[in-house]
Amino acid sequence: MNRIAWITVIVLGLLAPFAVYPVLMMELLCFALFACAFNLLLGYSGLLSFGHAAFFGGAAYICGYAVTAWHLGPLQGILIGTAFAGGLGLVFGVLAIRRQGIYFAMITLALAQIIFFLCLKMPFTGGEDGLQGVPRGMLFGFIDLNKPLNMYYTVFAIFMICFWLIWRAVNSPFGQVLSAIRENEARAISLGYSVERIKLLAFVLSATLAGTAGATKSIVFQTASLTDVSWHTSGEVILMTLVGGMGTLLGPVVGAFTIVGLQHELSSIGSWVTVIIGLTFIVCVLVFRRGMVGELTRLWKRSF
Amino acid sequence: MSESILQTRNLTKEFSGFTAVSDVNLSVERGHIHALIGPNGAGKTTVFNLLTKFLPPTTGTILFNGRDITHMAPADIADHGIVRSFQISAVFPNMTVLENVRVALQRKLGMAYAFWRSDKILSRLNDQAMALLDSVGLSRFADNITVELAYGRKRALEIATTLALDPELMLLDEPTQGMGAEDVGMTTELIRKVGQERTILMVEHNLSVVSTLADRITVLQRGAVLAEGTYAEVSANAEVMEAYLGVEHV
Ligand SMILES: Nc1ncnc2c1ncn2[C@@H]1O[C@H](COP(=O)(O)OP(=O)(O)OP(=O)(O)O)[C@@H](O)[C@H]1O
Ligand SMILES: [Mg+2]
Repeated sequence: MNRIAWITVIVLGLLAPFAVYPVLMMELLCFALFACAFNLLLGYSGLLSFGHAAFFGGAAYICGYAVTAWHLGPLQGILIGTAFAGGLGLVFGVLAIRRQGIYFAMITLALAQIIFFLCLKMPFTGGEDGLQGVPRGMLFGFIDLNKPLNMYYTVFAIFMICFWLIWRAVNSPFGQVLSAIRENEARAISLGYSVERIKLLAFVLSATLAGTAGATKSIVFQTASLTDVSWHTSGEVILMTLVGGMGTLLGPVVGAFTIVGLQHELSSIGSWVTVIIGLTFIVCVLVFRRGMVGELTRLWKRSF
Repeated sequence: MSESILQTRNLTKEFSGFTAVSDVNLSVERGHIHALIGPNGAGKTTVFNLLTKFLPPTTGTILFNGRDITHMAPADIADHGIVRSFQISAVFPNMTVLENVRVALQRKLGMAYAFWRSDKILSRLNDQAMALLDSVGLSRFADNITVELAYGRKRALEIATTLALDPELMLLDEPTQGMGAEDVGMTTELIRKVGQERTILMVEHNLSVVSTLADRITVLQRGAVLAEGTYAEVSANAEVMEAYLGVEHV
């Protein structure tokens, strides 16, 4: 992304709460970050995880618990949630990274189901109800996050920092090796790259940032629920990434905005939402094979 | 006495009962261009896969510079000085031609995990990458996306990428396969040039390439060594004529 693109994104983000409900904006940003983190794995490493809800939801629970039970500040809570997701990502990664394709997806799914089960059964998670009444608290001890705009700009700052990190990772020496592995794994090995370790790092980074998204969401909505760790959520983030365009930086953002936006706009018509989102997905896959952003960039490039 | 850089002892590979490589004792001399030839399915690529650890041998040992490398990981082989190419062209198709070579040069910077640094730091490798591209006649394609290159040029790019690691021993699996006559001539010249400073073990079907380049030839048939020697010796061998050359010259 060039300078103009960055400035546009920042200006839009700063003005957004005056055009859209801050609460909706925050939900959009949390899921956009989740999808961007997921895309680092699917789009840039070529690994399809079907268990990313474990990092997103797991971090939400840990963060929610830390600020409620230990009275930590929101930032510390988010950091602890993030660190937890990173550690969990390391465990998942070590167990799954040697597998290819569908086997990789199955193992991540199975491991994530264990986390779901733990969240249902462990004493501190609130069982079916999840964690309720998570306090938003004071950022740095003096910024009251109960004020919507304070909360929004905090979320936006977290989103931008993480988004920048992903952009940096994609355009780093590591990112180069990652694309080499995705393009031709055997060749990368023969050049001496320890492919498994490099993929593992990508997995841990992706899990960590998915955790940041989940932890932030638990502060914003003051809850952590079983939905956050369920396989629906793992599926949804795949959907968002594919609809927007995997392997593009902005694709997951557009995808998340589209899916969450649709859910919101159509919430009054009940279960038909699922059908409409399903249809949107089918149309996107058929018409925009590279996702919305992927197709747009291609058209843009072709017109020169 | 000249020393051998690579040796295999009783190297054998079985695929569920089928013996693809059978009791092969290979010895490649330092500085040589050594050709491995044989009919289709003779086990040449499998030998390469064993040497570079892409496959574990069923039995046997592999010595490189006198050191046992039989149980090494495939990615570590490159650090010890053995780099291979592949039978089907192995490039990074959606990266530029320059990036293909640069990603190999990047190895020695040791920044494979540096996700927090800008990739601009890699531009310090550009001059070296251009020099390598120049040596295979590809410098004017440096900024092209690799997938757009003609087949022969992709193979040349592969050689440049392999050279970027400055390997002591280069393994080339059919470097001229699928090339037009002109490209074959160019690639032959290139291999000869490159072979002046290092050892090359190559699989090659094109016998005129083999006869111009190879100091020594090993003939494989059904996984086993059928004959070994110079081109003159091997081509005078009646068994080889029958099994391989005969077929080629009908
Ligand atoms: N992974 C594998 N599993 C089972 N059989 C294999 C495997 N790899 C190779 N083979 C078999 O081993 C034999 C030798 O194959 P290899 O590819 O080494 O031959 P080659 O000499 O390279 O032939 P070509 O000239 O066609 O490239 C073939 O019969 C092949 O079918
Ligand atoms: Mg072969």
